[in-house]
Amino acid sequence: MRIAFCADIHGNRAAFEACLLDSGRRGYDQLVILGDVVGYGPDPQWCTDQVRDLQAKGALVVRGNHDASLREGTSSMNELARRAIEWTLTRLTPDSVEYLTSLPLSHRQEERLYVHANAWAPALWDYINTPREAERSMRLTDARLSFCGHTHVPELYHMSPRRPAAAFTPLTGKPIPISTIRHYLMVVGAVGQPRDHNPAACWALYDTAKREYTIYRVSYDIELTAQKIRETAMPQAMAERLAKRLFVGS
Amino acid sequence: MESHRLRAGRVIDGFKLEELVHTGGMAALWRVTKAGETRSMLMKVPFLGEGDDHSAIIGFEIEHMILPRLTGPHVPAVIAVGDFAILPHLVIERLPGKSLDARLKDAPLSPEDVCWLGAKIATALQDIHRQHVIHLDVKPANIMLRESGPAVMIDYGLARHDELPDLLAEESDQPIGTNAYMAPEQVLGIRTDPRSDIFALGVVLYEMASGEKPFGNPSTRAGMRQRLYHEPRPLRALQPHIAPWLQEIILKCLEVDPDDRFQTAGQLAHALRNPDQVVLTERAARTKSPGFVKRVKNWWQGQNRVIAPPMRVADRLDKAPIIMCALDFSVDEADAISDAVKRLVRRLLETDPEARLVCLTVLKTSLVKLDEALDQGGRNIYLKRLVALKDWARSLDLLEESVSFHVIEAVDPAQAILDYARFNSVDHIVVGARGHSTLRRYLGSVSSRVVAEASCSVTVVRLTFTGEDDDTSSVHGATPEMDHTGG
Repeated sequence: MRIAFCADIHGNRAAFEACLLDSGRRGYDQLVILGDVVGYGPDPQWCTDQVRDLQAKGALVVRGNHDASLREGTSSMNELARRAIEWTLTRLTPDSVEYLTSLPLSHRQEERLYVHANAWAPALWDYINTPREAERSMRLTDARLSFCGHTHVPELYHMSPRRPAAAFTPLTGKPIPISTIRHYLMVVGAVGQPRDHNPAACWALYDTAKREYTIYRVSYDIELTAQKIRETAMPQAMAERLAKRLFVGS
Repeated sequence: MESHRLRAGRVIDGFKLEELVHTGGMAALWRVTKAGETRSMLMKVPFLGEGDDHSAIIGFEIEHMILPRLTGPHVPAVIAVGDFAILPHLVIERLPGKSLDARLKDAPLSPEDVCWLGAKIATALQDIHRQHVIHLDVKPANIMLRESGPAVMIDYGLARHDELPDLLAEESDQPIGTNAYMAPEQVLGIRTDPRSDIFALGVVLYEMASGEKPFGNPSTRAGMRQRLYHEPRPLRALQPHIAPWLQEIILKCLEVDPDDRFQTAGQLAHALRNPDQVVLTERAARTKSPGFVKRVKNWWQGQNRVIAPPMRVADRLDKAPIIMCALDFSVDEADAISDAVKRLVRRLLETDPEARLVCLTVLKTSLVKLDEALDQGGRNIYLKRLVALKDWARSLDLLEESVSFHVIEAVDPAQAILDYARFNSVDHIVVGARGHSTLRRYLGSVSSRVVAEASCSVTVVRLTFTGEDDDTSSVHGATPEMDHTGG
């Protein structure tokens, strides 16, 4: 089975469309959306509708912290994220808010766990930025493979039994063989707001038959998304910051 | 997982176990057969039972990951890969004969044998490095020779593929490798430098030439760290008949600082195949171990060594390419074309200061008069061309050790250029092309054949003409016509 992963779409329609087009062209049997459908980006309603549509066709979707904050509030967020969520709430139908905030925190499929932030406490949204944090997550699940988003930086952590974890940054389009006697945690890069200094939208593919994991980067119309952000009712300085982030990928 | 219960006659994934060939610390090797398969095959099955050493399993995991991604004559062909979850195994071609270890029982070998064997191994390493892999366990037991000639590197249990996760990344609390052969930086836990393989090959060459290991076979960490400041005894102190150029090559491989070694295995192979072009330094002249003051100085440098940040294998190779320029002094526009070639070569060398330039000219001999080495004035044509080559390169102001000159005789110049480039691991050919002429359109040109058939990048330099209607065909400067063919 070929499984496509999209994480951290963040209301960026052009980036999401580009990833769906690329993954569709390469072919997949299962789509997994790893949370944060909205927040920051200018098209939250369109992205939510699209995700619901994909879910109806079989995609698995988990809740991200930005999705959750639509109901739980934004107290744990930084100012930029908080104000973007306040604006996002004005652009979503009550039905969409209900949908996004009721998504499950994780999905389990055979040896694979799909979760937005980490496996130890999915609703607390702690980040995995180091091998130690990845190891903590891997030790607290019996799933051999975990797929996450949240940091917006593609990374792969691997660990053999009784040994510490190590990190590896996947290279675009280079399949990584996945061993059956090792634990892995893949942080899938972001569709809608990459932060690894590469502005191209990121999605990932895991082929269960070949046991290979690959990340792909797709160019999209950044100027279009940036322009839409500038045209929102968000404060101008803030919109400018969000737009600029897309161009530098950080 | 049931690797311990294997016995002859059992069939695994269609392969019948015939005979247990070898049992190592990590895996068992079985000779296997399969209906319809004529190749001689080995199945490698790791020990994965309860209580087995975990690091042994990682070695097999690495080989399982890397070996199927390598191709070519310098690696054993992979025939089948077993599912790790059921019974992990690798079926690979069985190479006839024994490893280099067996040959070393007769060491010291003759300098000629050291040279041709060394060049073959260096060529194999260059090919593996080009495929993004650093072997990191180069030693005689891991080197075999095909009957057809090429050296084959076996056992990738410690190898590193720079596009894949390093499964030993978290094991580096201990130096990983074979103590006698490990490079200094490997002793320090660095697993990212292809030049570590050049150091290990230097140890192998030293052993072949002298019968002794340059750093002995230390079993402690302190003993292994000695190579960070300990200069090996000069070969000529052990074997006075060893030529200075061979000592130069081997001691250069064994430099503590990777920047002081050959920068690519291709450059090492080139030196071993062209001893007359080796530039002798103080290394070649050494006849005894360094004195006290030098040892203290080396020790101090060893303690204060700065480790350069890692670089991708491909970037490392790109930094030190072998660039070959093929020059033709026999044509009318020779001066203008060779000047244009020179301007391009100068620019290439400015971007890659560690590049090695090979200047080549082909002396076209006719099939009938093979031995006509003198021109009408009675001068030796070969020497004349060599002087012309050196004269051409003089204004490039190159260091002596970064350039070499070759006049080769051939009936077919294009074929000679292609063969030379392939044999010497050349990364980039620069060749001049004459202007257009109706005749050449029918006969084909040297440059177009080189472009079509080379196995590396080719840049064709052509003089720019003003246009068809200009009957004087006056030359207006020269622009290199970039015609890069895939590598």
